Amino acid sequence: MSVLVNKDSKIIVQGFTGSEGTFHAEQMIEYGTQVVGGVTPGKGGQEHLGKPVFNTVKDAVEKTAADVSIIFVPPAFAADAIMEAADAGIKVIITITEGIPVADMIKASDYIKNRDCRLIGPNCPGVITPGEAKVGIMPGFVFKKGKVGIVSKSGTLTYEAADQVVKQGLGITTAIGIGGDPIIGTTTKEAVELLMNDPETECIVMIGEIGGQLEADAARWVKENGNKKPVVGFIAGETAPKGRTMGHAGAIVGGADDTAEAKKRIMQECGIHVVNSPAEIGKKVAEVVGA
Amino acid sequence: MNLHEYQGKEILASFGVRIQRGIVAQTAAEAVAAAKRLTEETGTGWHVIKAQVHAGGRGKGGGVKLAKNLKEVEEIADAIIGMNLVTPQTSKEGKKVHQVLVAEDVYYPGDSETSEFYMSVLLNRSTGRNMIMYSTEGGMDIEEVAEKTPHLIFNEEIDPATGLLPFQARQIAFNLGLSGQAFKEMVKFVSSLYKAYESSDSSLFEINPVLKTSDDKIMAVDAKVTIDDNALYRHKDYEEMRDVREEDPIEVEARAAGLNFVNLDGNVGCMVNGAGLAMATMDLIKMAGGEPANFLDVGGTADAQRVETAFRIILKDPNVKAILVNIFGGIVRGDRVAQGIVDAYRSMGDAINVPIIVRLQGTNAELAKELIDNSGLAVHSAIEFKEAADKVQEVLQ
Repeated sequence: MSVLVNKDSKIIVQGFTGSEGTFHAEQMIEYGTQVVGGVTPGKGGQEHLGKPVFNTVKDAVEKTAADVSIIFVPPAFAADAIMEAADAGIKVIITITEGIPVADMIKASDYIKNRDCRLIGPNCPGVITPGEAKVGIMPGFVFKKGKVGIVSKSGTLTYEAADQVVKQGLGITTAIGIGGDPIIGTTTKEAVELLMNDPETECIVMIGEIGGQLEADAARWVKENGNKKPVVGFIAGETAPKGRTMGHAGAIVGGADDTAEAKKRIMQECGIHVVNSPAEIGKKVAEVVGA
Repeated sequence: MNLHEYQGKEILASFGVRIQRGIVAQTAAEAVAAAKRLTEETGTGWHVIKAQVHAGGRGKGGGVKLAKNLKEVEEIADAIIGMNLVTPQTSKEGKKVHQVLVAEDVYYPGDSETSEFYMSVLLNRSTGRNMIMYSTEGGMDIEEVAEKTPHLIFNEEIDPATGLLPFQARQIAFNLGLSGQAFKEMVKFVSSLYKAYESSDSSLFEINPVLKTSDDKIMAVDAKVTIDDNALYRHKDYEEMRDVREEDPIEVEARAAGLNFVNLDGNVGCMVNGAGLAMATMDLIKMAGGEPANFLDVGGTADAQRVETAFRIILKDPNVKAILVNIFGGIVRGDRVAQGIVDAYRSMGDAINVPIIVRLQGTNAELAKELIDNSGLAVHSAIEFKEAADKVQEVLQ
């Protein structure tokens, strides 16, 4: 078992023929991911990387039965791409694009709300189920198969955590990069919930950062649901100054509740194994699973 | 992108929001001319001289003053322009004032008492919708109001499918205790304010105070406006409003070089790929006994040129005693980054006068370490995150 994507997922790439889309689609195919085609408006009927190109997501879904989409469309058109995927019946929409205007995301997240789909991202590294499907931009070799699930707002910090976990002789069920924007489709809580319900996942790593309430909401949910599996948590940005955006558009301390310190305190109160040092994520995981 | 009060008011006015009128001036002489013109246009007798800097609490620092005649306009403008304004939101050194807004006096006596309200428009991150936050307690620090009298703060959340609805604007005016002409004015004020917020792709409007004048007009006396950087491509005219004098010069230079950089007060510089890992690296520096001197995300392509630019920017800060480079090679190969660092180091020669610790993990990490170790340069290399922290501690001692 795994969550969101697996070896049977049929994936299309939106923004397939662009440089980003091409590069990462190639890497995904090389990894063994079942990429069934791509979408670039106006280039329908062509072939790219040995896969068919479609004009619309609807076409692609009809012809390939795709159920997952990964979006590399430039920021100005990305929200539209998300809504197009949702309308065409794509079940999991993974948006890598960074820099989408907030107003566009307000509209897109409202549009998809009552449709049967799940948005991951935007501004995220994607989702990987090791050995089955890499739907993202992460270096595949870092992620070995195992029983630890990862939820993270950050790209390279996810790789860091996975690497540390693997070096402890453990592995990953699914790693979910939820993204660092102020508005994202799948929250920390929802991603943790998916992994909590996954029978193969025995431990969850939850990596957050300053800004917003997502980690606190997730921590409270974990507690309310009886701490069924151990959760190891880290929050980046203890040293970040108030009121400044730290790279990710959502990483900004506004009030007293969204500092690293406040989040860690809430997580601790909810029974999460919080590490203060980002160098000790793997060690802590090994400790709590008794490996 | 943050704007000055006068720029924010320009945007508000362009969408029909009533504002306290004013004219911006760079010198005392210009301020006097502005005051005369304003009197002609508005009939105002007195004038308010307001420092234009990107910081709140200007009044507390002596940056907002009332002038009762032209001589006072000149004296006050002369004193404020060029001063280092210290407010609760600036550093101890304060911010240099380059210009003032000469504004009309809107607290004139009349048939009714004036009253001040608070109003902001912003994103509610937990619902993914915009909201209007408002309070009867205007002219005060809203964080203080939230702490002491939270029941006096109200919210109106906006459905993205419909936009602000008329009943919501009425609700706001009722909650603020208004009636008659002032009520009608407030409904109009709120509607045009929200229209301005949406149309300008702003991420924050804070109007404090919103004033009800003695003749029942509703107007914005101050305006704090932040435009969503990601939407600036749709608003070239707003992009021109950027005042780089208000920003840290090193940050301006870094942005021009395409680097995501925030200047901090510490003694250990860092260069990292990815925002989350960059923050984590800053935290690790602190745990190792240092203080981070900056946040810097070099992004995915850490080639020699980019690394050199990053080194030069970090080294502009004389407090930097060491630099920690932390790159997790994913798609970008570790040995390429290592080569970039070696090349940048060689090309910079003596410009690098502090110890450098390089931690390269991920793709070709071993090869990268070898490359650094065999370069003959004074660079400490590490592979594990913990090792890097230990090395920082070592060089700081």
